[in-house]
Amino acid sequence: MIIGLDVGGTHTDIVLVGDNGLLRKIKVPTDTAALFKTVLSGIEKITENIPPEKIRHAVLSTTLTTNAIVQNKLPPVGMIISGGPGLDPVLFQTNPHYFTISGSIDHSGREIEPIETTQVEDIARHLKSDGIRHVGVVGKFSARNPSHELQISEILTPHFDKIFLGHRISGHLNFPRRIHTAFLNASVYPIHKEFFEAVKASLHQKGLSIPIYILKADGGTMRFDASIDFPGQSILSGPSASVMGSVAFAPADKEIIVMDIGGSTTDMAVLIKQTPLLCPLGIEIGPYKTLIRALNSHSIGIGGDSVVRLEGTALKIGPDRMGRALAYGGPVLTPTDALFVLGKGEGGDREKSVQGLTPIAQKMGLSVEAAAFEIFDLACQDILTAAREMIGRINGKPVYTIKEVLENYQIMPRHIMVIGGPAPYFAEHMEQISEFTALKVPQWSVANAIGTALSRTTCEMTLFADTQKGIAMAPEEAFSKSIPASFTKKDALEMGHDLLRQKALQNGADMNDLDVDVLEELEFNMVRGFRFTGKNIRVKLQIKPGLIHNYKMITDKISAL
Amino acid sequence: MISAKHKTGLVFFPAFDWAISPTHPEREERLLYTQDQVFEEGILDIDGITEYKAGLVDIKDIQRVHFCAPDEPSVMTKSHFISAGGAKTIADAVMKKKIERGFALVRPPGHHAMRVVHGGRGFCNINNEAIMIEYLRSAYKIDRVAIIDTDCHHGDGTQDIYWHDPDTLFISLHQDGRTLYPGSGFPEEVGGPMAAGATLNVPLPPYTSAEGFLHVIKELALPILEEFKPDIIVNSAGQDNHFTDPLTNMNFSAQGYADLTRLLKPDIAVLEGGYSIEGALPYVNLGIILAMAGIDYSNVREPDYNPENLRQSAQISRMVEKTCDTVMSNWRARQLLRNRMKGGKAFDKRRRNIMYDTDGIYETQNETIRICNDCAGALRIDSSADTGRHILAVHVPRKACHACQEQGLEWFDGASTGSYDAIFLQNRVDDTYLIRKK
Repeated sequence: MIIGLDVGGTHTDIVLVGDNGLLRKIKVPTDTAALFKTVLSGIEKITENIPPEKIRHAVLSTTLTTNAIVQNKLPPVGMIISGGPGLDPVLFQTNPHYFTISGSIDHSGREIEPIETTQVEDIARHLKSDGIRHVGVVGKFSARNPSHELQISEILTPHFDKIFLGHRISGHLNFPRRIHTAFLNASVYPIHKEFFEAVKASLHQKGLSIPIYILKADGGTMRFDASIDFPGQSILSGPSASVMGSVAFAPADKEIIVMDIGGSTTDMAVLIKQTPLLCPLGIEIGPYKTLIRALNSHSIGIGGDSVVRLEGTALKIGPDRMGRALAYGGPVLTPTDALFVLGKGEGGDREKSVQGLTPIAQKMGLSVEAAAFEIFDLACQDILTAAREMIGRINGKPVYTIKEVLENYQIMPRHIMVIGGPAPYFAEHMEQISEFTALKVPQWSVANAIGTALSRTTCEMTLFADTQKGIAMAPEEAFSKSIPASFTKKDALEMGHDLLRQKALQNGADMNDLDVDVLEELEFNMVRGFRFTGKNIRVKLQIKPGLIHNYKMITDKISAL
Repeated sequence: MISAKHKTGLVFFPAFDWAISPTHPEREERLLYTQDQVFEEGILDIDGITEYKAGLVDIKDIQRVHFCAPDEPSVMTKSHFISAGGAKTIADAVMKKKIERGFALVRPPGHHAMRVVHGGRGFCNINNEAIMIEYLRSAYKIDRVAIIDTDCHHGDGTQDIYWHDPDTLFISLHQDGRTLYPGSGFPEEVGGPMAAGATLNVPLPPYTSAEGFLHVIKELALPILEEFKPDIIVNSAGQDNHFTDPLTNMNFSAQGYADLTRLLKPDIAVLEGGYSIEGALPYVNLGIILAMAGIDYSNVREPDYNPENLRQSAQISRMVEKTCDTVMSNWRARQLLRNRMKGGKAFDKRRRNIMYDTDGIYETQNETIRICNDCAGALRIDSSADTGRHILAVHVPRKACHACQEQGLEWFDGASTGSYDAIFLQNRVDDTYLIRKK
């Protein structure tokens, strides 16, 4: 049995799944101020009277680190940046304790200017005297040559609790994003560590010594112990929970748009044959652009609780939210109220919705029912427009080879899957007014928690080989090895496979879930002075997001209900 | 945070799967390190910088500019369709005001491709800038265009295409043709009888550095642009004036290229040559992009950059100044030059031999232009190449007067298919391209 727990803005969903399908499901209100209590009591409740040895592990998707970032409640950290020529790294300043130092490495990994160790020592003293415990260190092109970051780290190690090095974060080249990612990792580290250690300890006390996994923004999971070094991976896992939930019920051969209609936003993503599309670089949160792998999800400010207004003669929905729907005692008219008026609300006071809608209906010269339908229809139209724009953007992504230009691979989803709040009503209406067919998601109200429970462990690996220098390296994995001049792309792919499998297993992957996917494989002849001097090889591999190998048995039983 | 002062668009098409030959300078690896630098600097994340996917040009776009023998697909590779397509994509984005300025970082280059194309010359088969410009003239209300070619090699292809067009100002800065391919581009090359002075050549002595280049921009290009009042300014942004370029002998730098771009303010820049792929291109391209976007580039610096070593001699400065004076007087005397060249003649003729070094083809052209006081003049090119192909190409200019349109038709209809493999009529008035064959 596996526990899946997804903390949402208003509710926390917890499920227990096993060979017999969905065994239990619970929905409890989220107490943002006491997240620990919410999580712990949720797990306790779902495991009531279940023998602990029957539980394989628990996967948690929490808003812990996301909220800390959004609410700007991050503890102070230190950042040491070595930029060299190019854009001034001060432009990417993340926090007050942000220091730029000398030292420079070029695109080929060649050292252009060394680090001045005394500069680093001075900064270390300064940070220490300001009570800083965690430091991020990032150099330009450290993904090509990590020696400067390692050198700085060596000076800092005796003086600080934890140091996050840029080159360990990602194999992608993007210095500003590497800075932001290192900053977020260092910043959320203590919050993340403390929280999960507390969860583990409490569960242990209650006799539940099960492995804990976290859900990541890329729809994959990672063992909590491994996430200590990459706490940023826990940021923005919310959207991926629902997307992975829909993967469980998506047909194996189709392209699908997943829409999660929440209170304040609708989140959208694309599934291609049960695999969610990833965004090219990483999540963006607040002012931070990162290299934290994430699903290509798009969010618009239209949800069940969005504010409905009449501007002149035109209805407008969102993008703001001021509280819950009138029917639930909220302050303003919302699409949820429109559903109440149309007789599709649950549990609230329809009369309040009617009262709120009446002035707008009068101004529009319509009955309240007709006005309610207009609002509902507009919400659906706006969501569909955003979905079409998202598809346009995905198809407009630049490509860099003739082969790709000529193949001109375009996605053309013909199906939507709607989950969250009032899913069935939206799905039905959107199908009527659009080119899309709506597919059903059984258990749509807890699909997010099911997705959380069933997701497999994912990771990515970048290997770079230069036969002229005779070296293959994957700085992200702290790997570097001498290679012969005869080294080929095939060798690089093999080496990459091994590294990726090792990494996946370390991160908690099941041996049966190592589904390796080649993201990039490039090989260039290097010519200097009109003579061939070697090969420049680059490969990027991933374990792509998907569900654990025996999920079918579980989801088939859920669908059959 | 960082944001662009001018909304800037980029098309990046490095053609990672295309080369002229495995060890040719124009090979897969050429823009690899530029991509590394642009990605690592996070350029594409900057607010106000947008990357576009390169589109493709179609045959119609090529037929507005070129006469290809025997036909377009035979003288092009797929990469050429995309490279020119990238320039077109950027131009569209500028015209639709999605961006203020744009840079097409594409390969293969195009500025050595002339109006008639039998094959590749100077690594170029079709002229990316001209195809883009003629597309703009057809699709939007663009009339006057200025092209500033800052590649180290004379832009002889672009010069050829616009030789007779008074509405296209072509200024080429390049290493003196006596010391470098293609061996042309002297100040006395000023354009044909209807357009003299709209072609301006500024040959620069070897080892000219930033000082010399910026002198030409400030003292010559900018004042002339001010007078010419183009609707758009296009920069053929070759990067082989760099002090590390293996094929040339100049002393320009990334800082210099960025300064040049800041001063010139091109609406659209299109990459041309530049073969110092590790030591120059990553930094020059970075400098150009930042300058276009109006972002501080003062810290962009090549690893081996030492401005003291790149100072030009006083003698070079004097030579550059003197050339600028000559070119400026050609520009000032353009009306006089045109009248003198027309000289009361009905037609003007020239005979030329053209070498296609990349494909090893030799072409002979007999060109006839109708002297006209009302338009750019109907143009007839009789071209034969040692491939055995013999074609007749008739060009009716965009704003052709009635008489020149008639003349073009007469040339086209009157020629015997027995004498030519193909007879072409490129009619820019109604944007058509007709072919007659045996």
